[in-house]
Amino acid sequence: MSAVPKIRLRDVHKAFGEKRVLNGVTLDIPAGQSVVVIGGSGTGKSVLIKSILGILLADSGAIEIDGQNVTDIPAAQRGAVNKKFGMLFQGAALFDSLPVWENVAFGLIQGEHMDRTEARERAIKTLGRVGLAPEVGELSPAELSGGMQKRVGLARAIAGDPEIVFFDEPTTGLDPIMADVINDLIVACVKDKGITTVSITHDMQSARKIGDRIAMLYEGKLIWIGDAKDVDKAANPYVDQFVHGRAEGPIKMQVRK
Amino acid sequence: MLNFLTLIGRVVLGFVGHIGRLVIFAGTALSHCVRPPFYPRLIASQMVDIGYYSLPVVGLTAIFSGMVLALQSYTGFARFSAESAVANVVVLSMTRELGPVLAGLMVAGRIGASMAAEIGTMRVTEQIDALTTLSTNPFKYLVVPRLIAGLTMLPLLVLVADIIGVFGGFLVGVYKIGFNPGNYINSTVDFLEPLDVISGLVKAAVFGFLIALMGCYNGYYSKGGAQGVGAATTNAVVSASILILTFNYIITELFFAT
Ligand SMILES: Nc1ncnc2c1ncn2[C@@H]1O[C@H](COP(=O)(O)OP(=O)(O)O)[C@@H](O)[C@H]1O
Ligand SMILES: [Mg+2]
Repeated sequence: MSAVPKIRLRDVHKAFGEKRVLNGVTLDIPAGQSVVVIGGSGTGKSVLIKSILGILLADSGAIEIDGQNVTDIPAAQRGAVNKKFGMLFQGAALFDSLPVWENVAFGLIQGEHMDRTEARERAIKTLGRVGLAPEVGELSPAELSGGMQKRVGLARAIAGDPEIVFFDEPTTGLDPIMADVINDLIVACVKDKGITTVSITHDMQSARKIGDRIAMLYEGKLIWIGDAKDVDKAANPYVDQFVHGRAEGPIKMQVRK
Repeated sequence: MLNFLTLIGRVVLGFVGHIGRLVIFAGTALSHCVRPPFYPRLIASQMVDIGYYSLPVVGLTAIFSGMVLALQSYTGFARFSAESAVANVVVLSMTRELGPVLAGLMVAGRIGASMAAEIGTMRVTEQIDALTTLSTNPFKYLVVPRLIAGLTMLPLLVLVADIIGVFGGFLVGVYKIGFNPGNYINSTVDFLEPLDVISGLVKAAVFGFLIALMGCYNGYYSKGGAQGVGAATTNAVVSASILILTFNYIITELFFAT
């Protein structure tokens, strides 16, 4: 067990104008652990991940990766930190001007300056790991179904052998069977490889399957953090309401605001 | 009354904020133009898009402008010593004004809109965020190739437009009005100064830069799904067109007003 956590968040704040989204998030994630952040829509789960990735800048607080404070490092060093990351976006975010294989190989070609033929072979191999045939590599992303796009997004996220992979709602918008396929792929390609992961979801089945630990984000704070197996019997009324999907409870849906 | 003042204040502040953000955007983009990595493939494909595929539109605009200039200047004020005056009006108007301005406006509609739509869609579908996570700077990958292509291709387009426009004037002059072809060409060449062409090309370079800048800027900061991308596209074309006309005056003043 290494003493330095892979990801460390210390009192992270982020607001957009008047609207406070993150209001003091603190969390340590040891290497190899899989953390799932649950919470309602619009609670700031994506903002949290984007702050760690450096896509958004936190207003205050500290974000450390492998003990290095990355909260406001210069852009030149950002690239080196980002090489440790892989990210599967909510809508897959595939580049629609490029064929599938070049999407998967993008980080290898642009980030690591790998030769195109070599990168292409690696991409085809990675597509195989997520259960896609080599022919899929020639298609354009627009020709793929939602589930296939997510798989390609997963392949792109893991192609560069990242140390940390982020998943933003990997199963949202998929049918239950395809959702489970994606969960299994995440477990097989990432979790079982000892890669640290941070996932966002409001799909509890997915959370139980891919998470070692679960944290619940509510009103800008992590109000509950615990082992994935304890989430169903959590004493916290907020967690209880969310996990069991009840309309009645302490969480009031903000219809306005 | 107080509400009204608040409203004015908000509009002014919003405008100033907008200008500031645009200047920072342009500065960042320019600083990335001179620092590696470069993407020659992307620059080339943007050049083809802006330069080659705009040729039909710009060519048609230019030939009809040249033709109508010849016709108007003949019927209007040059029935005496007509040949030299018509040729003179056509070549000066085309090279100094109409070539760059019309090509700029046509390309703003064609290219500025498509840049804003493409980059805006990439923004709202998180593709720009994805670039960052794949260790690729969106400014270098998306903005710089478009700025360079705009800056270099518009002068070439305008050069072609100048030639086609003058040719349009020649057609009307010779076949409709009945001038002597040799005399018409001589008058055209005699009246032309290098500065007429050069000022037009400088304008074209500035316009090309502005078109790409407004397309990229509006796309880059678009938000809110399809509607946001639509608004970004409109803003890109409108703001580029206004800037083209504004800078056209400023550059003319710099070149010729002394
Ligand atoms: N770039 C942004 N600018 C302004 N507001 C934003 C931005 N990104 C997110 N927000 C706001 O932050 C809140 C949380 O968003 P998000 O993290 O996407 O929620 P979710 O938990 O569903 O992923 C939302 O209310 C959203 O409107
Ligand atoms: Mg989200």
